Amino acid sequence: MKIGVAIFPGSNCDTDALHAVELIGATPVELWHADADLKNVDAIIVPGGFSYGDYLRPGAIARFDAVMGEVERFAREGGPVLGVCNGFQVLTEAHLLPGALLQNMSMRYVCRKVPVRVEATDTPWTANCGAGEEFSLPVAHNEGNYFADADTLARLEDEGRVVLRYLENPNGSANDIAGVCNEGRNVVGIMPHPERVSDNALGSDEGLKILRSVLVGAGV
Amino acid sequence: MDELSIKDTYTALGLSDFEYDRILELMERPPNFLELSLFSVMWSEHCGYKNSRPLLSRFPNDGERVLQGPGENAGVVEVGDGWALAFKVESHNHPSAVEPYEGAATGVGGIIRDILAMGARPVAVLDSLRFGPLDEERNRYLFREVVRGIGGYGNAVGVPTVGGEVEFDRAYSGNPLVNAMCVGLIRTEDLMSAKATGEGNLVVLIGSKTGRDGIHGATFASDELSEESESRRSNVQVGDPFAEKMAIECCLKLLEENLLVSLQDLGAAGITSSASEMAAKGGVGIEIETDKVPLRESGMEPWEIMISESQERMLAIVEPEDVEKVLSFTERYGLVGVVVGRVADHGELRVIHDGEEVGSVPADHLADAPTYEREVVRPKYLDEIPKLNFDKLPQPEDFNEVLLKLLGSPNLRSRRSIFEQYDHEVQTNTVVRPGADAAVMRIKGTKRGFAATIDGRGRHCYLDPRGGGAAVVAEAYRNLSCVGAEPVAVTDCLNFGSPEKPDGHFQLAECIEGMAEACEVFGTPVVSGNVSLFNETDRGAIFPTPVVGMVGIFEDVSRHATPGFKREGDMVAVVRSGSEISLAGSEYLSVVHGESSVDSPSATNLAAEKKVSDIIRDMIRAGLIDTAHDISGGGEVVAVAEMALAGGVGFEYDEDEVGRMIGGMGHVRADLAFFGEESGVFAIAFPEEKWDDVQESLSELGSHGLGYDNIGYTGGKRFKVGDFIDISLPKLKEAYERDLFE
Repeated sequence: MKIGVAIFPGSNCDTDALHAVELIGATPVELWHADADLKNVDAIIVPGGFSYGDYLRPGAIARFDAVMGEVERFAREGGPVLGVCNGFQVLTEAHLLPGALLQNMSMRYVCRKVPVRVEATDTPWTANCGAGEEFSLPVAHNEGNYFADADTLARLEDEGRVVLRYLENPNGSANDIAGVCNEGRNVVGIMPHPERVSDNALGSDEGLKILRSVLVGAGV
Repeated sequence: MDELSIKDTYTALGLSDFEYDRILELMERPPNFLELSLFSVMWSEHCGYKNSRPLLSRFPNDGERVLQGPGENAGVVEVGDGWALAFKVESHNHPSAVEPYEGAATGVGGIIRDILAMGARPVAVLDSLRFGPLDEERNRYLFREVVRGIGGYGNAVGVPTVGGEVEFDRAYSGNPLVNAMCVGLIRTEDLMSAKATGEGNLVVLIGSKTGRDGIHGATFASDELSEESESRRSNVQVGDPFAEKMAIECCLKLLEENLLVSLQDLGAAGITSSASEMAAKGGVGIEIETDKVPLRESGMEPWEIMISESQERMLAIVEPEDVEKVLSFTERYGLVGVVVGRVADHGELRVIHDGEEVGSVPADHLADAPTYEREVVRPKYLDEIPKLNFDKLPQPEDFNEVLLKLLGSPNLRSRRSIFEQYDHEVQTNTVVRPGADAAVMRIKGTKRGFAATIDGRGRHCYLDPRGGGAAVVAEAYRNLSCVGAEPVAVTDCLNFGSPEKPDGHFQLAECIEGMAEACEVFGTPVVSGNVSLFNETDRGAIFPTPVVGMVGIFEDVSRHATPGFKREGDMVAVVRSGSEISLAGSEYLSVVHGESSVDSPSATNLAAEKKVSDIIRDMIRAGLIDTAHDISGGGEVVAVAEMALAGGVGFEYDEDEVGRMIGGMGHVRADLAFFGEESGVFAIAFPEEKWDDVQESLSELGSHGLGYDNIGYTGGKRFKVGDFIDISLPKLKEAYERDLFE
């Protein structure tokens, strides 16, 4: 299985994501932002970082990059797309996911491990997890405070589209939301970084279980 | 220019009469304004080390693992398996005093580029910070903004901030210290130099456009801070971490493709210092065409372009046939990439504007600032420091309250509220996160790893400059040893007051002597460093504050230790190197009794400390212990409480041990026994069945007159010391984890 990782100017978790892809036994593929070419990948990760320096708004400029047109097409066709942190922000800016990520309630950047619960397992990025399974995942962001209007939040909850929920909310997110999916359930955005907990040498490899989901979903 | 205006001009540029005369002598003609500007920035203390160079030669620089000592952009040591570490620390004190966010941010950006210039990928940042006490609004503002600036830059640029230290003391009010250290990883065969070679090779400027920011920043940094400094905000550069991230990726790509002859970052004094240093190192000349430099504002004069300190710029020497390829890469990364000059054989830094030569100075003259050697005179204050009158010091009644007060004091409190604002995990190499004695990083694809720590001391160096200087190096050595790393080399940042005053000069000379002696004993040469002098305000000089960054290596990074207790029922032992325990200069004295500058702490026995540190490290490497902590500020009881807090496992002192502590070694007082400070002491924990093996390892100490004690067992959720202290972990945590910014 080939998993593409989009690389924007200012992405800084691209290498970590490519490394994690290798660790789950898939083939990592670099997708350069200026090239409208997905290189026949089977799934796409939009990684964390500060695309275009977070200037204007996190994700606001990256969404117009050439590669994003192809990512949008791929997503509409049902291809599995995972946005992590800045990638989540890019996907909301591109309207592939509802809502927006506001500045943390503390007005501070926050880098720590937080307990989260898997709320939906019927997505290509959580299929390998148990319903209600809990993980300790690192967050590292300044704008992770999930916001959507009341109707949208109600719809997300009703339709089971809250994929990941904080058990200790680090940023003020509405309904403790750590991740959501689109209507088609193939596009998922999460603030925590599974690629950062992908090696027991660093203390935990819980994140690999999440990332392996895409292999399960693809029947590999 | 008539004579009066000449004097006004060079004085305003920070040059002395003596220095101007020296320039006349070297040039054999009067310099024009541009040339004078070049001298003023290159002969500032910041670039020219004119007050410190003779003293710095005292440091040992050589060692088995040293691949590059002082003289390049960073020092380099060998790790093994073909890997090497490039590292350096640098100060950004003056800019941070005036514009804390940008001052700190560009401090991080600058040190990262130094590492990049060696060809290394920056993999870790550490910071050493000092501020005045938080009861002053201005100090709170500086502290908050400096931390935001470090995070704002480091987080975006994608290099993890993995360690550091913060201290608060009245001596730094109005003159904070912001020292940033970066470590980079490189294959030994890919090491880069800043030496310009090859007549006809081209000079390529890579990165951001050039503006008027930071003009005369180096000169500004070499003066005392005053009210006027506030109006010099425009001397402070503005950082763009996004551009830096692109510059890192672009330069590493250019190096990978073998397209560069040499590489240098643009820091203090901008193109002037980079080009003249590159030329002087290579024994060649460099011509810069200032009209080719892309500008972000109009109407800039050639001299402004030459000394602008606009950030995120690198200077590369490229062979003519590779230029097209180089420029295609700079374009791919969205950066400025322009040929701005060429390497020549005339040995001069020559400035050309619109085809006309507007200035020319021999590069080696610029790189050869005059040095000042001064007499070392012992200051009077050292003989007037009051001795601690122990008998008059009241014993505390409530030791619970004392421990809570100490753990909650700004100097001992958990640094969590700081390091959680830094991304400490990006690049996924961080094995031991901030909060331990040292950061531990792995090297992907190998079993190896490295550890890094940064430590400084102010008050101690004020009370006893030589002893304090040695103690800083010893502390760094202990911190690396108790995570299990083999310490290999040092980078230093010397933060001092004015060297033109006898006290300042004495402190500088003596601290360097103490540090050098310690580096010799520990076998850790100094491979890079930086000097920040003139840290004075109208309140006086700061404490003399040498800061030591030290790196150590692991052959097997999985064999490391951290301070937190890991299991219930572990045995805990304290291992000593035999120095005298004392309350002089201690945190206890300062926090509980409000006394600081009395007496100096007890002397460091370097050889004994090395012995103990090495044994601790050997036990970690042998897999015998996985829990160790250096006992420093706050004394033994504070350190053991920290271990309980870090692991979330309680601890109870053995009853007999408490009696021994108070009665033994002539302590007689509980506060001295619990909170007294001594040098070279560790606390370790391990499962009881390993006690025999641990004792066997420690038995070597006996023959050296050093000692160890089994002090009790881990377990439960309380922290107990005999009849004196009994506090629940949650209550301890509440005091210890209090937000430093609230």
